[in-house]
Formats: sequence, structure tokens, C-alpha cells
Amino acid sequence: MGKFAAWVGYLIVLLGLPQLFDSVLAITIFNQMAIAIVFALSYNMLLGQGGMLSFGHAVYFGLGGFMAVHALIMIEFETVYFSITLIPLVGGLIGLIAAVFVGSFSTHKAGTVFAMISLGIGELVAASSLIFVSFFGGEAGVSADRTFGPPFFGVEFFQDVEIYYLSAGWVFVSTVFMYLFTQTPAGRMANAVRDNPERAEFIGYSARRVRFISFCTSGFFAGVAGGLFALNYEFITEENLNAVTSGRVLLMAYIGGLGYFIGPIIGAVVLTLMNSLLSNYTELWMLYLGMMFVLTVLFLPRGFAGFIMMHQTAWLRGKLSSLFLPYLITGTPAIMFGGSILAAIEMLHHEGEPFGFLFLTLDSGNTLHWLALAAVGAASYFACRRSLGQLNVAWEEANRMDNPTEGGPG
Amino acid sequence: MLEVFVFSTLNGLVTGLLLFMLASGLTLIFSMMGVLNFAHASFYMLGAYFAYSISLKLGFWAGLLVAPILVGTFGALVERYALRRVHAHGHVAELVFTFGLAFLIEEAVQFFWGADTKNYQSPDLLDFPLFTLFGQEFSAYRGFMITISVGIFLALYYVLTRSRIGIIIQAAITHPHTVASLGHNVPLIFMAVFGVGTGLAGVAGVIAGPVLTTFPGMAVVLGSIVFVIVVIGGLGSLGGAFVASLMIGLLQSYAIASNLGMPDLLNWLGLEFSRDHPLNDLWTLTLPQIAPVLPFLLLVLVLIFRPTGLAGKREE
Repeated sequence: MGKFAAWVGYLIVLLGLPQLFDSVLAITIFNQMAIAIVFALSYNMLLGQGGMLSFGHAVYFGLGGFMAVHALIMIEFETVYFSITLIPLVGGLIGLIAAVFVGSFSTHKAGTVFAMISLGIGELVAASSLIFVSFFGGEAGVSADRTFGPPFFGVEFFQDVEIYYLSAGWVFVSTVFMYLFTQTPAGRMANAVRDNPERAEFIGYSARRVRFISFCTSGFFAGVAGGLFALNYEFITEENLNAVTSGRVLLMAYIGGLGYFIGPIIGAVVLTLMNSLLSNYTELWMLYLGMMFVLTVLFLPRGFAGFIMMHQTAWLRGKLSSLFLPYLITGTPAIMFGGSILAAIEMLHHEGEPFGFLFLTLDSGNTLHWLALAAVGAASYFACRRSLGQLNVAWEEANRMDNPTEGGPG
Repeated sequence: MLEVFVFSTLNGLVTGLLLFMLASGLTLIFSMMGVLNFAHASFYMLGAYFAYSISLKLGFWAGLLVAPILVGTFGALVERYALRRVHAHGHVAELVFTFGLAFLIEEAVQFFWGADTKNYQSPDLLDFPLFTLFGQEFSAYRGFMITISVGIFLALYYVLTRSRIGIIIQAAITHPHTVASLGHNVPLIFMAVFGVGTGLAGVAGVIAGPVLTTFPGMAVVLGSIVFVIVVIGGLGSLGGAFVASLMIGLLQSYAIASNLGMPDLLNWLGLEFSRDHPLNDLWTLTLPQIAPVLPFLLLVLVLIFRPTGLAGKREE
């Protein structure tokens, strides 16, 4: 019952977002999120559930997207006649075909061999896309117009918000199917093969076959995401299937949390927000993104979702509230410390000119500003270090059971 | 024809030996920790940038001495305080960490040095043609690059196989617990190897910076190629990495210099296709066009047909 409520809630959030925020910027961001969610979930199917680290997942996203744009062009020139609501399916099928082909030889082994093959295929496809200009359009990419298709119940998709509702529908359906996949024997065996391929083989499953199934399904959904991209932007370039996009989806899935189904959704939402909002405030957002990624890998190996789920025990035992005060005591100086580091970076960046930082105006030419910053940074660092012990005690207390659980926060 | 061949061979040698400097460190680190260091080429880039900044103040030679040491120290710190921490979470976490580190270093380089290409110059001392062949000059700096690379290869080989420390390192790769029981500080050895490996990448950066241009994308350009080499050579095999480096260097150099392509093949076969055929791009493909792709093609083929690489050990 609880699960059903979660799904209904998910659908309501998806459909309700444009009602709450209806600015052009918000709709643009929601559309990006929709694409990112499907893409990141499909990636997690490989890495999180199947244990296959891929450095070339953008290939399936991009190929699906390119074919989807070509399908849009075909609709425009009336070579084919179907509603553009089905475009993501075109992308998905192309992603699936590509994955069946690549998977037929790359899923033989997991681990480093798989990662290297995916890297090689990724580079090959990205480079070929610049060579085969007639299909990929070279540097400029290919573009289409989505408004020529037959109207879908009177909707002609002139506006981004109409595309958002279409995307939201596809996101919901894809999420449901990807979740259901994890519940099938194939999904379960993917976990088994990830954890111990040898044992899985001993009970009669071919590890390669299990990986192949996961790989193809993942390629299909990556293609669906590519189709959504094509619908939203109406163009696609080489950048959408090269290593940059492959890296970004790895980032999303990892920051969100690989071990949990909901992790990539969190990662996709957070990264899209950072991408669109932070880039308005600072030119250095890519640097911050890199810092956040490295810190997440170092301190939150299970991602944001893992951090949330860490509190499950305390929550189930009704002791979550006892953690609130220690978190506040440690968290406030920690945030202040992080803030002073960011301020220092920004001051170095804006050399010689005053700039706004939060509610302050900082000037790197002013020695007093540097001294104040250093003082705040040092004070908050020591405050944070001092209170860490108390937090650990509180954490142990909240989680103490007959068999104590491992790990502390952070 | 002959002059093209000779000069492509020389250029291929320069590239191949440079690649080997990166690949040797990468493969050493891999055989110790079992993880491919995605950030290896980023250390190479750091080497170039450090040397550039030093060369502005103190000249090229100071940069050649100091920059690799700085890079190696940074590498050792990364191993000590970050990689060792991530190690507990498994290989995927380590790989992902080095991937993130590569991303972060690229952004940090842009932050400190800016996104533009730096005018990092080779020293005036080596600014003369070493010899002239068929009317073309071969610069002394390229000769210097070859000398340094070969020197480092010989030194590395000597240290690893003939010296006491090399024997301990080799033992620590295969039997870390036994080496630890004998009273050696294995984590320290790991840290040192990581430091030396990244330091070698730094040397490569210092000497390659003036020739291959110093810009924030230089790590990405070389990074995946070095990966290809280490995999083709056989993970963990220095000899394999050496052969693969030269192979890739020469292959790319020949492919760029040649002017063969599909049209020649079609002519030879006596086939002809019209210009407006949808696959026109395929019929007009030339070898220089696909030169950048060749290493990756080779990588995929090697992984499919011989996953252990040229000289890799058989997997259990």
C-alpha cells in the first residue's frame, strides 16, 4: 500500500510541478530534469544494479536522439505518419538495437574489461559521428521541427509546457517499467551477478546472458531519454553522444546513490538544478560540481540517497529527533566553513573587483576581508571538529541495538 | 616517399616514447592497486602547467627539475589522503574517484591558469635543427625528448629489476602481506609508487608542453589514448606497455602522413559510386581522417579477441 502511495505521489509531483512554477525558466529546467531522470535511471540499471561501469552510455542516448530527430524530419516531410508522442519509442528502439550489437561482445566480462570496451566504443562512435556528416550533421548536428506531426488530442506541441506533460508521461511510464524490471527474475539475477558472478553461474545462470539482458534494457531506456531530448530541443549534436555526456550521467547516478532505485532520480534533479541555477550565479559552477563529486565519492560513497537511508534505523526506532540538535550544532559550522572556502575561491576569481557573495560584498583587494574570511573559516573549522565527537555519540545512541549497525555519519 | 616514411617514423617514436612515460606510471600503479587511474593524464597536464609557471620565473630547466617533484608530491598526497580512503569502498569507487579527480583537476587548472592556451616555450638552448634530412629539419628539442624518454625507461627498468627497492616493489605487487610481514611498510611503498608514477607523468607533461601546446584540454586528448595503450599492452605489464606505446605512436603517425583512403581502395577494386549515394561519407573516407579513431578501434578489437592484451597474464 505504501509503495502504491509513493507511485501516486510521484505522478502527482510530476504533473503538478508546472502548476506550482510556470515560468519559462522553470519549464525548461523541468524538461531537462525529465530527460536526466530517465537517462540516469537507465545508467543505474547498468552500474548500480548490474555492476557494469560504463564510460560510454551516452552512445545509446545519442544514437536514440539522432534517430528520433531523423524521425521528426521524416514526419515533417511526410515520409512516415505517426504522432510525435511516440518519438521516444523510436529512440528507445535504436538504443536497444545498438545495445544488442555492442552487448553481444562487451558483456562477456564485467569490471575493467567492460569499462574499457565501453570507453572505446564511446570514443569510436563519437569520432565516427564527426566523419559521417550526412547522418550526424557534423559539428552543427541535425535539427527538426516537432510541430508538423498529427495533433495528439488537439495538442500540437508548440509550447514547452506541452512537451513537459508528454515527457512527464514518458518519465512516469519509464520509471515504472524500470522499477518493475528490478523486481523480475532478470533484475534479481542482475544483482546476483553483480555481487558474485561465480555463484550465479553455479546455480545455473549464465552471467553473460544476465548482463546482456540488463545491458539491452538499459540501452533501450537511454534511447528513450535521447528521444525525449530530441522532442524537447528539436536538435541534437555530437556532444550528446560523446564522453562529456557519458561522464555527466555517471556523475548523476553516483551523486544520487547507486545502491537505491531512487538515487539516480535525486542525482538527476540535483545536478540539473545546479546546472541551470548555479550557472546563473557563478562562472565557476563546473569547479564546484567537480568538488561536490569528489567529496561525495570520498565521504558519501552511497550518495545522497544512501545518506538519507542511513537514518532508516533511527527513524524506525523513533529516535530521529534526537539527532536533530547534534546535526544543527555540527552542520552550522560545517556549512560556514564550506561557505568561507567558496568565498575565498570567488575572491581569487574576482581579482581586483568587488562582487556580491550571498548578502555580502567582498573585495579581494581588501586585506580586512581576507582576514575576516580566514577568521570565520578557522573558527567554524574548529567548532565543527569539536562538535563531531558529540554527533558521533548521538549517532551511536540513536542506532544502538542488539547488533549495532556499521558506520557513522559522514 | 622515403622522406615521409622516415619523418613519420621519427615523429611516431617521439609520440610513442612520450606516451610510454605516461603508460609506465599508469601500469605500475595498476599492478599495485588494481585500479586504473583515470586522473593520470591530469597529472601530466599539471606537470606542463607547473613547468610553465616556473619557466616564466626561472627558466625551462628549473621547471624540468622542480615541476615533476611537485606533481609527484601532489600524487602521493592524493594516494595517502583520498585514494586510501576510497579503497575501502571497492574498485568501482576508486575508478569513479579518479574520474572525478580528473574532472576536478581540469576545472582547477582553468581556475588558476585560465582557459586559453599558454605560451610555454622550449628552451633557446635546444632551438636548433639537430640534423637535416631530405631538406627537412629535425629539431634538437625532439631529439631531447627522445633522449629523456629512453633515459627514463632505462632507469626505471634498472631500478625495478636490479635494485633492492625495485625487488621489494615487485614483491609488494604480488605478495603484499608477505612483504609486510618481513617488516616493510607496504602502504608507504604504495604511496611512493603512486608518487613516482604521477611524477613520471609530470615529466612527460614538462617536456611535451612546448610541443603539444599547453591548454586545459591536453589531459583529455592524451588520457584515453594512454588507457588504450595500457589495456592493449596488457594490464600491469611494463614491456607490453612499451611495445603498445610505440605501436600506437607509429600507427597514428603513419596514418596521418599517408594519403590513402577508400577512394584508392575502390579504384583498385575497380568499383565506382556516385557522389550522391547516401553512404558517400563512407566511400570518401581517408586514413588521416580516421587516424584519431584507430587506437580505439584497436582497443575494442584487442578486448574482444584477447582481453588480456599483448603481454597480460591470463585471468584466473
